[in-house]
Amino acid sequence: MTDFRTPLSKVRGLGSARSGVGHFIGQRISAIALVVLMPIFLFSIASNVGGGYEETTAFLGSPFGAILTLLAMTAALYHMRLGLQTVVEDYIHKPATKAVLLIGNTLICAGLWLAVLYSVLALAS
Amino acid sequence: MDNPCPEGDPLMAAPSSRPLSPHVSVWRWHATMASSILHRATGVANYIGAVLIAVWLVMAAAGPEAYAVWEDAMAGALGIVIRIILIGFTFSVSYHLLNGLRHLAWDAGLGFDPKGSNLRSVLIIVLAAAFTAGAWIGAWIA
Repeated sequence: MTDFRTPLSKVRGLGSARSGVGHFIGQRISAIALVVLMPIFLFSIASNVGGGYEETTAFLGSPFGAILTLLAMTAALYHMRLGLQTVVEDYIHKPATKAVLLIGNTLICAGLWLAVLYSVLALAS
Repeated sequence: MDNPCPEGDPLMAAPSSRPLSPHVSVWRWHATMASSILHRATGVANYIGAVLIAVWLVMAAAGPEAYAVWEDAMAGALGIVIRIILIGFTFSVSYHLLNGLRHLAWDAGLGFDPKGSNLRSVLIIVLAAAFTAGAWIGAWIA
């Protein structure tokens, strides 16, 4: 393919987008992980939730259940932060509203991840 | 000169040989458009679903009293509403996963033929709905 970038633009860095393909690659890699993890995670939850508190927490605290939950929820929270970022960037054009939603999106996903991490580790200990 | 707009759209009444920019309001719905919009909509729905799963995990970790709030809600009239939401979430996740596989195929440069794209759009919606129905009927029987 023809390279349209000038030597100067290469030296100056990433251009007006101010970022490279990191978002795209992160979205795809987390997608590949989720294709495998999410069916196993949701099926495991669905088949254990009927047993009440004891059975559910025993599953979530078991090595398989805890690791599966952390893997699936980590990939999901990472993937959905990137996904909602794209939705906000596409549809919200007022700079202040956009900034609030983008920061909120990041903080919600980071906060939920810590809450999930703490909960699963508490059940596993 | 040929009329570029035989349907007679008033917005495009002036005859011109220049390419027309698409008017969102006069676009016919088609399968690929529906599946593209549905991918975003189910993505946002899955976001809400993940928030609910996280809340549920915190309730489970907070102890039997906190988890009883969830179990009481599922046992009561609210349980019907929660189950309807969960059925919607099942469709949302299964659709987003299947259409996500198609996105990965697109990234590899596969699956851009118009006829096949329309077919796969319909097929993925039908498969997601069929899986949702099968999973919930299966869980109800079991």
